[in-house]
Amino acid sequence: MTHPFSRVNPVAKLGSALLLAVCLILTIDWVSAGTALVLELAAFGFLGISAKRFWWRTLPVWVAAPLTAVTILLYGKPSGTIYWEWLAVRVSDGSIDLALATALRVLAIGLPAVVLFITVDATDLADGLAQVWRLPSRFVLGALAAFRLVSLFLEDWRFLELARRARGVGDSGRIRRIPGQVFAMLVLAIRRGSKLAIAMEARGFGGTGERTWARESRFGWREWIVVIAGLMVGMIAITVSVVTGHWNFIVG
Amino acid sequence: MASRVSASGWGWRHASRKQWAVSDLDLTIEPGERVLLLGASGSGKSTLLQALAGVLGGADEGETAGELLVDGVPPSALRGNAGLVLQDPDSQVILSRVGDDVAFGCENLGVPREEIWPRVREALAEVGLDVALDRSTSQLSGGQKQRLALAGVLAMRPGLLLLDEPTANLDPEGVLEVRDAVARVLDATGATLVVVEHRVDVWLPLVNRVVVISPDGGLLADGPPDAVLTARGRELADAGVWVPGHPPAVPARNTSRGNELLSAQGLTVGRIAGRAMGSESTAGTVAFSRAGLDVTVHAGTTLAITGANGSGKTTLGLTLAGLLPPIAGELVASDELRNGAGPHPIQWKSRELLTRIGTVFQEPEHQFLRSSVREELAVGPRALKVSTAEINSRVDELLQRLRLDSLAEANPFTLSGGQKRRLSVATILVGRPRVLVLDEPTFGQDSRTWAELVALLGELVADGRSIVAMTHDPLFVDACADIEVRL
Repeated sequence: MTHPFSRVNPVAKLGSALLLAVCLILTIDWVSAGTALVLELAAFGFLGISAKRFWWRTLPVWVAAPLTAVTILLYGKPSGTIYWEWLAVRVSDGSIDLALATALRVLAIGLPAVVLFITVDATDLADGLAQVWRLPSRFVLGALAAFRLVSLFLEDWRFLELARRARGVGDSGRIRRIPGQVFAMLVLAIRRGSKLAIAMEARGFGGTGERTWARESRFGWREWIVVIAGLMVGMIAITVSVVTGHWNFIVG
Repeated sequence: MASRVSASGWGWRHASRKQWAVSDLDLTIEPGERVLLLGASGSGKSTLLQALAGVLGGADEGETAGELLVDGVPPSALRGNAGLVLQDPDSQVILSRVGDDVAFGCENLGVPREEIWPRVREALAEVGLDVALDRSTSQLSGGQKQRLALAGVLAMRPGLLLLDEPTANLDPEGVLEVRDAVARVLDATGATLVVVEHRVDVWLPLVNRVVVISPDGGLLADGPPDAVLTARGRELADAGVWVPGHPPAVPARNTSRGNELLSAQGLTVGRIAGRAMGSESTAGTVAFSRAGLDVTVHAGTTLAITGANGSGKTTLGLTLAGLLPPIAGELVASDELRNGAGPHPIQWKSRELLTRIGTVFQEPEHQFLRSSVREELAVGPRALKVSTAEINSRVDELLQRLRLDSLAEANPFTLSGGQKRRLSVATILVGRPRVLVLDEPTFGQDSRTWAELVALLGELVADGRSIVAMTHDPLFVDACADIEVRL
């Protein structure tokens, strides 16, 4: 994990993905999304992510895109020639265009979001949010510490399941048991949370003095490149779409 | 700079309680003194430590009486001067990398960045935690996590070190690791120490004063360790403190071994079916498998499963209990235990398990289902479709036997640690299983609860039941185990 991209400030990755997404949700045509996707796929090659990791982590996006497309193909607003009709289902020129544009758009927004975040470490993101974006450190660090408890909660949940079987009530009503288990989970979560809060407070967290940061969250030329790259992809996609006459504002 | 503590007529009452947690406390601790703070459970030791650390909260959390000062000012005004280490290793880890976690306190105190990292390295060296700064904190053992917490407070350069049962949840090796780290730290910094711990023998070599607080307010005893323990040893032992020379009573061994109930051959255990994964009590999913284990459980015997934290004790125990499927090999119940059910416990119905193998989890909260103690105990017999009259008689008998009768209507989640432990054992006993599997039954218990549990388990074994206990308590193994499986 020494590839320079993994050392880029997570805040820049977040900003880059957001800018790109904003550009792409302004319109719904296949040209802009297709252009963005081509540029993105070319860019991914420079990020030092292995093919296996890329496919594995982006799998949900590849699954989601065609599913959304099929839904829109069958139920999207019909226009032009209607090819097939059955109950509420109508496949038309318009719905085919819309389905294609949507599938490409899901990929063009989803893939960079996942890829940019594969290399993000939660602690570094918190550092960036607090130091670069100046979000209040109490909330950022509180959320970061709480995030660490999630794996303990998963462990608790597994034990709660086993314990139901041991108590003789595990035979039926798996769904019906859920509210009770959720309650037990909450009790455990509150207890763990308050212990963590005491531990944090005992280390001076939440004091009135100025806090320092052991790790400097830098925002230099590397970060600007990532942000500008995201914006560029979005702008080029818009330009191509406008020039070829496919641009259509999503509102109105 | 070691701190000086002075309390005069100090007391604290939690906003939701009628009783004062601590009252009429008069105490002076000179800079550099090393104090072992003792008292029965509920005498307010933890409350005093949290007050000294300045984390007890303001007027909305509770009511204060008298005065408590550290270096002449109220503790909450001296943020960062007192370093507090708590009992539960998992709940004290704040960040995901070792170096960041140690640096956390310094950051909050506003220590300049270039000064933080030398402090972090120094603190880690002093507690003897020789791991990389970017090592994941979830991969540390219990003893390492406690030393990490110690390093975290040490980096803040505290004048007062406060330890609240820092070794109660550790295996014997972890206990010594932490104790020795504290000794090094005190020699290096000269800080004032106040430690609360049931197991007196661990800390005796380190302290030069013992203070015993009374549950009724004020102090019971105060002085050099030898003098206090000689004068008050019996009384402290009765109150649940582990005093050297006053060991808790242990029942006679059962010598008649009964028939085979469970037998496992070539057993491989793990946490997720098909994958040998496991993690004990912590979040780190350390991959492991235990392969080729041969274990036999006989009626009228106690089998102890021992081994360090993370060695798979819980996983093996829960597999023997019919709760986790074996990854390889076979676990077979004898005809006597089966009593009409199939040969493999994992395929039994939850209800069939109830009268055959009962499991007491390490965290009692994991197995509580109802909002009152009485209801909690009735769950098992109700699932077995026992008559109401029979349920009532079984429940009443257990309530009385485990001293829970005055708490019959209380919510299980609101009980004290010892009471929760007794209730979790009772919820399983009510189904009258032949085999009882207990995960760390004596974990963090005071000597009184310990003796009660050991006596109860002794009776069950004498009655022809068998006990399987996952434990790292050498006293328990000495007192009870007929066979030890060491992982």
